[in-house]
Amino acid sequence: MWQAIQEELRGFGFTVVTVALDRSPEDARPWIEAAKPTHPSLIDTRHLVADLYNMVNVPTIVWIDARGRIVRPNDVAFGTDTFKHITGLEAAKHLGALRAWVRGEAQPLAEARTRALQSLPTETDQRARAEFGLGQWLFERGRAEAAARHFERAGELAPHDFTIRRGTMPMRGIDPMGPTFREMLGAWTKAGNPYYRPLPE
Amino acid sequence: MAEPGFTLIDDGQAVEVAYGDGVERAGHAQGAGRPVALDLDERAAYLGVPASARAAALASLEAPDFALPGLDGRPHTLSAHRGTKVLLVAYASW
Repeated sequence: MWQAIQEELRGFGFTVVTVALDRSPEDARPWIEAAKPTHPSLIDTRHLVADLYNMVNVPTIVWIDARGRIVRPNDVAFGTDTFKHITGLEAAKHLGALRAWVRGEAQPLAEARTRALQSLPTETDQRARAEFGLGQWLFERGRAEAAARHFERAGELAPHDFTIRRGTMPMRGIDPMGPTFREMLGAWTKAGNPYYRPLPE
Repeated sequence: MAEPGFTLIDDGQAVEVAYGDGVERAGHAQGAGRPVALDLDERAAYLGVPASARAAALASLEAPDFALPGLDGRPHTLSAHRGTKVLLVAYASW
């Protein structure tokens, strides 16, 4: 999904780095092999990046400047319009802003504005991530039933965190595209909660 | 008979300790404000990172570094790209 912009902008001191929040390298492999990326395409079975950046859904993008500083915090963006009919989000708006920043035609957000747009984790979010971490460790050791108890507890603690609630479905024997997911999504949105939370600017 | 063991997963590293020791250290970590997930039946605890530490790191705007493998299994760090602009994208097959 991101290989086209990688190719387009690579001459401008830019790279895409993708991270798959997946159960195993094998779950991510078909996506990576289809994309044929020339950028780093990493696999994060333990959701380390979700913990470090307080990511609660996918896709989540972050802009990082050449000094290693965050200049656009967690936002929702797609590399293509493949899922536009479901998400209502167009790829072009983000890609246009990204191009302008990478080519040096536009300044990124000011630091104060970047901070104001950040979403920081709560103690409960981190407890949920600890439950996820224990569940994931148990799952790696073939303790699927014990793992599921911790994944469910994690989801109760952080109901807004779909890297947990949906992302653990494959480890609980649940189809993450199936009726259980659709039911969860329906209850969530019916209660007035958005599934995707793009930044307001 | 040997005392049953206990696994502490701390900072991503699993350490084997004696059962009583493990339960006590999990309790201490919780008392010190760390998020802890405990499973006595499985004899394991996961010691996480407090929200205050994660929030302070993010608010500094220094992009947190990490090392993760690609399909070839070799670890790759974010900081290897210092000097270039990076679009970090988290996605999943689910």
